[in-house]
Amino acid sequence: MHNIGSYEERIKDFDWQLSEEELEYNPGNVINIGWYCSDRICNQGKGDKLALIWEGLGGKEKRYTFNDIRQLSNTIGVFLRRLGIQPEERVCLFLDRIPELYIGFLGVLKTGAMVQPLFSAFGDESLLVRLENAATTAIITQKKHVGKVRKIIDQLPHLKHIIIVDDNGKSPLQEREIAFNMEEADRIDSFEVYPTLAESPSVLHYTSGTTGMPKGAKHVHYSLISQYLTTKWVLDLKDDDIYWCTADPGWVTGTSYGIIGVWALGVTSCVSDVGFSAETWYKFIEKHKVTVWYSAPTAIRSLMKAGDELVKQFDLSCLRHLASVGEPLNAEAVIWSEKVFGLKFHDSYWQTETGSIMISNYPGLKIKPGSMGKPFPGITACVLDTNTYEEIKDTGKIGLIAFKPGWPAMMRMYWNNPDVYNSKFKNGWYIPGDRAYIDPEGYYWFVGRDDDIINTGGHLVSPFEVESALLEHHAVAESAVVSKPDFVNMEVVKAFVCLKPGYEPSEELELEIMNFIRKKLSPLAMPQDVEYVKNLPKTRSGKIMRRLLKAQEWGEEIGDTSTLEDE
Amino acid sequence: MNQEIRDVVLEYVINEYMEDQDEEITFDTALISGGFVDSFSMVSLKRFLETKYKISLPDNRATPEAFDTVDKITELVEEFLAK
Repeated sequence: MHNIGSYEERIKDFDWQLSEEELEYNPGNVINIGWYCSDRICNQGKGDKLALIWEGLGGKEKRYTFNDIRQLSNTIGVFLRRLGIQPEERVCLFLDRIPELYIGFLGVLKTGAMVQPLFSAFGDESLLVRLENAATTAIITQKKHVGKVRKIIDQLPHLKHIIIVDDNGKSPLQEREIAFNMEEADRIDSFEVYPTLAESPSVLHYTSGTTGMPKGAKHVHYSLISQYLTTKWVLDLKDDDIYWCTADPGWVTGTSYGIIGVWALGVTSCVSDVGFSAETWYKFIEKHKVTVWYSAPTAIRSLMKAGDELVKQFDLSCLRHLASVGEPLNAEAVIWSEKVFGLKFHDSYWQTETGSIMISNYPGLKIKPGSMGKPFPGITACVLDTNTYEEIKDTGKIGLIAFKPGWPAMMRMYWNNPDVYNSKFKNGWYIPGDRAYIDPEGYYWFVGRDDDIINTGGHLVSPFEVESALLEHHAVAESAVVSKPDFVNMEVVKAFVCLKPGYEPSEELELEIMNFIRKKLSPLAMPQDVEYVKNLPKTRSGKIMRRLLKAQEWGEEIGDTSTLEDE
Repeated sequence: MNQEIRDVVLEYVINEYMEDQDEEITFDTALISGGFVDSFSMVSLKRFLETKYKISLPDNRATPEAFDTVDKITELVEEFLAK
């Protein structure tokens, strides 16, 4: 029997109180995610149960029980308190997928501070804008990434502490740097967890904007109520499961479902800190007997590319439930997974701002391959007319996906950006920026973004941010950045570049530009294609018409060009 | 195996993708599955090889497996140089 039981029954008279009761939370009580994910599980008598199975390079493996993560998160909490970290201050986790990232996440929350997880592949420029915007007080990182922090430290007066978790003493620490080794530090058994309340800030996740710099979506400890129940019902986690969420905690899936949901349920989680290859992934599933697997369409399509024969070399019979998130899961991938694993991937839809799954396919409910599924119980969803923002009642008609605000994990604000936050609401609906239609059976079907944001491999990239960085390259006079189709990543970044006088187009320069963006922003933001152009299409007021370039890449009709600047 | 190609590729990987200079990589270090070069960055590595050696590597050959070590990359480059 699936945890959700009958979807149709669940949506009748649904109340989030159900989740509150299961978590023994009463409104007004203290609610701290760090405590719920470790101490509470130990209090239930599951202290000796495995919480984390971690695998790194060369087959290196570490295992932690719930009691281990309780004590070690206390250790980190004590260390941060001794440094003087105050509740609600931002502590950035800039780490690869090492145990310190997962356990540190709980440790920061236990102090009452906010966690600001950032993808460790970010370059110095991406790091700077996010740390600057959040006025981050401390950053926890590894020596391999500290060079990026050192490059920008002079521009970050608020950043008081750079905590290095793997310092080996080979090179001297610099100003504001301090070494901390979680494994060697004294384990702390008893720690006074900060009494955060429902609306106390918990996590600050940054996401890309269309026209501005990245926005920090502020979440609160009450988000646990959504994350717990969606994990239980959508991912169907049960006590004896071995769960693998392949997302990096630098992004919201990696925290909401890679840390919070799974540990709040007291379930064992696996983490792989090695790079992708189909063989490595299958080996990992087989070795750790993964039962529930939450992954992304990009990874699934890469596995498809690796072929069916490879799958047969492994015993993957341990798998019992598969789910996917990040970008639309194409029907072919669902059909393929059923063919090779005997299980269909269940697509789910949500975003950084929503904090938890909003629309999904559920165990026990018919899957229509290619569909996003149906709204989670308690979520009021619809599609809105793109001009009037009125609800579209007709099935099959494309509109903007919209949600009635009020679910527990909804972001509470964009950090220092109330105007953009307010712009996300129309007629009392929250609008995530995606277009879809609803079929007669109530299933949602994704159509595309309603803006210029590029969704590459499930990660959002702002064309504005890439264009801004391109302008810092010595040869670039002007640029326009759009998406182009890609089989594996759905979309990748393409840059149209006008060169400054004196520079000639060449393959060497193209590679230089690609690497410039890769290092400055991130590998995700790196243009995978650079096209040299003499001019960019602009409106008469001088605004670059990305729309025309995007249409060209996707083989679509160009549409209205009446505002195009004359040649 | 062409030692010059091996050296050029290894040097490029170290200079472009290695963030921790204390970390040592060799001709048979797992670059992709070892997490030193991610799948997005692999595109720039492919572009480097194509530009440097004036070859064209089709997508179905430029796989994470084929790019996983300097030696495997060298073999791939040699194969396409011979064509």
